[in-house]
Amino acid sequence: MVSLKPAPAPGRVPLPKAPAGTVYRGHEGMWSWVLHRITGVAIFFFLLVHVLDTALVRISPQTYNGVIATYKNPIMGLGELFLVAAIVFHAFNGLRIILIDFWSVGTRHQRAMFWIVIALWVVTMAGFAPRQLMVIISEVAS
Amino acid sequence: MATTFDAPRTSARRGNLEKWGWIYMRASGVVLVVLIFGHLFINLVAGEGVKQVDFAFIAGKWASPFWQVWDGLMLWLALIHGGNGMRTITNDYVSNPTANKLLKGAILVAVALLIVLGTLVITTFDPCPPNAAPGTLPDFCSALTR
Repeated sequence: MVSLKPAPAPGRVPLPKAPAGTVYRGHEGMWSWVLHRITGVAIFFFLLVHVLDTALVRISPQTYNGVIATYKNPIMGLGELFLVAAIVFHAFNGLRIILIDFWSVGTRHQRAMFWIVIALWVVTMAGFAPRQLMVIISEVAS
Repeated sequence: MATTFDAPRTSARRGNLEKWGWIYMRASGVVLVVLIFGHLFINLVAGEGVKQVDFAFIAGKWASPFWQVWDGLMLWLALIHGGNGMRTITNDYVSNPTANKLLKGAILVAVALLIVLGTLVITTFDPCPPNAAPGTLPDFCSALTR
């Protein structure tokens, strides 16, 4: 819990020497917000590229297949793994934000829900990562 | 002890647009979780994973209105959701008014162009185009006479 220090005497308010004393800074609330922003921006830029590469189906099948073949090389395969990791975090943490906003006791449980988000992320990635690595390895082997 | 605030807490000048943006992020977010998880499962996990994705795979999906609507919804909801998120971030970090306007203009143009492009691609898609190289088409095209 937050330690509520005695209020400073009126007049000069001393500046904190280290990041401390706020409810928010440096804790689950801040890090979930930071991660939500970073993953959101990353997903947005991927989305721009992804709509463009998919639009190549209107040029010709061979044009599309040529570009999409680059998605199948191992480095892009790892990139997809990171992309899915970002999407899964953003999705679960987004649901957490909705619960904080609309569930009557959501704010009280925001910290617990952050760790539930992390747990669900680990479980989902434990399912997806081996599948993706299998596909990558079979692509390298073939 | 409940703390009360005088309503409205925000300037009324912008109307309720920011409120609708706030609601949109949550409403579209819930739908996008379902649409994108489904999309990732079908394209990356089921079947042969990402290596199954090629023109014939897409043509097979878009032959059905179900996947056309799925992908079309995903396109609109995700681009507007992402564009509005980028707008929020721009407002948070770009304090220079000119740079702020320019960046938000660029985001708007990118989102609008990609929505138009993506919608045209999905709605005018031909699964058996005449310029196809041999072997790139889905099996059902061979049943068509051109």
